[in-house]
Amino acid sequence: MEAASATRPALRILRAPAPPPVVLLLAAACVALVIGSLVSDQFAEQTVAGLATGGIFGSLALALVLIYRATEVINFAQGQMAMFTTYIAWQLMQWGIGYWGAFVLTLGIAFAGGVALLAFALGAVFVRDWTFERMGIKQAGGGVIAVVIVTIGMLILLEGAAAWIWSPEIKSFPSAFPTRPIRVGGVAFSIQDLGTIGVALGSVVVLWVFFQFTKVGLAMRAAALRPFAARLVGVRVNAMLALGWGLAAVLGAIAGLMIAPTIFLQPTMMDTILIYAFAAAVLGGIESPAGAVVGGLALGVVLNLLGTYVHFVTSELRLPVALGMLLIVLLIKPTGLFGHRVVRKV
Amino acid sequence: MRQRLALAAVLAAAVAVVVLLPLAISDYRQLQAAGVATFFVAIVGLNILTGYTGQISLGHGAFMAIGGYTTAILTHDHGWNLFATIPVATVIAFVAGALVGLPATRLSGAYLALATFAVALVVPALVRKFDHFTGGNSGILIPFHSGHWLYVVSWTTAAIFLVLAWLILRGRLGRSFRAVRDSDVAAVSSGINPTLTKTLAFAISAAFAGAAGSLFVLSAAYAQPDEFGLLLSIRLLIGAAVGGLGSLWGVVVGAVFVQMLPVWAQGISKQAPAVIQGLAVILVMFLLPTGFAGLLRRVVAPLSNRIRNAS
Repeated sequence: MEAASATRPALRILRAPAPPPVVLLLAAACVALVIGSLVSDQFAEQTVAGLATGGIFGSLALALVLIYRATEVINFAQGQMAMFTTYIAWQLMQWGIGYWGAFVLTLGIAFAGGVALLAFALGAVFVRDWTFERMGIKQAGGGVIAVVIVTIGMLILLEGAAAWIWSPEIKSFPSAFPTRPIRVGGVAFSIQDLGTIGVALGSVVVLWVFFQFTKVGLAMRAAALRPFAARLVGVRVNAMLALGWGLAAVLGAIAGLMIAPTIFLQPTMMDTILIYAFAAAVLGGIESPAGAVVGGLALGVVLNLLGTYVHFVTSELRLPVALGMLLIVLLIKPTGLFGHRVVRKV
Repeated sequence: MRQRLALAAVLAAAVAVVVLLPLAISDYRQLQAAGVATFFVAIVGLNILTGYTGQISLGHGAFMAIGGYTTAILTHDHGWNLFATIPVATVIAFVAGALVGLPATRLSGAYLALATFAVALVVPALVRKFDHFTGGNSGILIPFHSGHWLYVVSWTTAAIFLVLAWLILRGRLGRSFRAVRDSDVAAVSSGINPTLTKTLAFAISAAFAGAAGSLFVLSAAYAQPDEFGLLLSIRLLIGAAVGGLGSLWGVVVGAVFVQMLPVWAQGISKQAPAVIQGLAVILVMFLLPTGFAGLLRRVVAPLSNRIRNAS
């Protein structure tokens, strides 16, 4: 830990105010969506449905960003963690616990699981290094790739474990909201979509308040940005990192619980969603929480509208088109919409 | 001198094992061993990019798909000789790699990972979309061959590509790859063009993957989009990391690991091969973060020092 933080000061982040062209572009897009929704009922319905899936992409993307900021790990197992916690909720309901009881319990289990995962990983690395040192074996770190491979191993493990414990068959999952639509002046909105948007955005707002206005939130931001300096002023850095993993697991669980009624419960349910979430996080800039949410919502809306109005974009082309657009954004702005350049001293 | 001799002895032993192995194992096992050679070629290619040039790629399964479909279409629709399709697949994958690599060199870290991830997903989707050309979901069938035939073809190809990789990496180009990996800025100040170097590394490693894709389709006697999904790209990266980045020696272990692990896991438990595979990947990366090559370096270096000191 010390060695890693000692190299940090050489890396200086120059924070520019949010780039005006991006903000202007987003404002223009919002205006276009509102005008379109007022003109066409179908457009309004599809926009709201897109916002609902976008909210789910956004929460999972936010979970990725939280973990990336805390530990600089791209967690490829994030979607599978969400899937696994959704199965736990299903199991709790099978045991006769009501929906909201199971919901709250699952979030608690997810939090504990996320914290335990990082604690276990840090502990295991510590024991390994200590043992190897005792045995006189020099141990070189494997760097980022080793960590990426470990999270991919977790992905395979969790998906296999879920299929083993609960069988790979598709299960239906109850929704928190009624499926009947609600009519506003000729436009039929699905209550489930509106509820999903509400829960996704609500959890983001709660998280924002937590980070912005509480002492623990401040300590977490400090631990992520300047671990060495944070430790000097008395922040328990490892505890804060574990807290970050816990919160990310909770966000993932919320996303899983919200999407499961639509796409059904199965071990592979989060595979494509994770890819969209990953795309949303990168679109917004992998270090920017606001970017992740905006990226998720934008991706959800654009995909839905493209699917509705552009007939060339059939279901097998949805993913390629989304990723193609993402590539174009990245080529114009290699650090994402809200990312800023990192200037390295040599 | 002593080290050169030791190296030559190890190499001769390896060649002897590969040549004599078919005498000892069944035709079915030879088919699996041909699969090891296929992964070997692809992982050597990925190692040139990720290990030696420092650019992560989650999309090399896509280049295997391009190579594999080149072979399938040329033999099935145009009646080409199977052997003649391998160089063509290599060249086409090289061009595709250059086209992907040129924009990808602008990205790094998480962004590069996602961009290559995208390539891995886009190519199978395009194969499905343009089904009159590629056969779509039903795939393309090509003539079936015995395990022994595939073993000979695959390992001969693997040997040729290993020598190619060794020649590339020991020369001027290999040095500029390593320079770009270790420091962009230092590389520029010694007159290396990083964009050109990275693009070239991308193209060369894609060419290796293309040849591997050719072998992959030959072994399966079948080209189908699902075979070239994300999982294939992930397996290649796992193989490269388990073998050890920045080393050609470890790749054999990485290739055996990714080819044989599913088979072994199936043997241990019928219910949970995925659980065993996941655990194995985590455990290996945890105990050997620098891969098998890192272990080899740790064990061999002190040993050879001891020998030198004793004499």
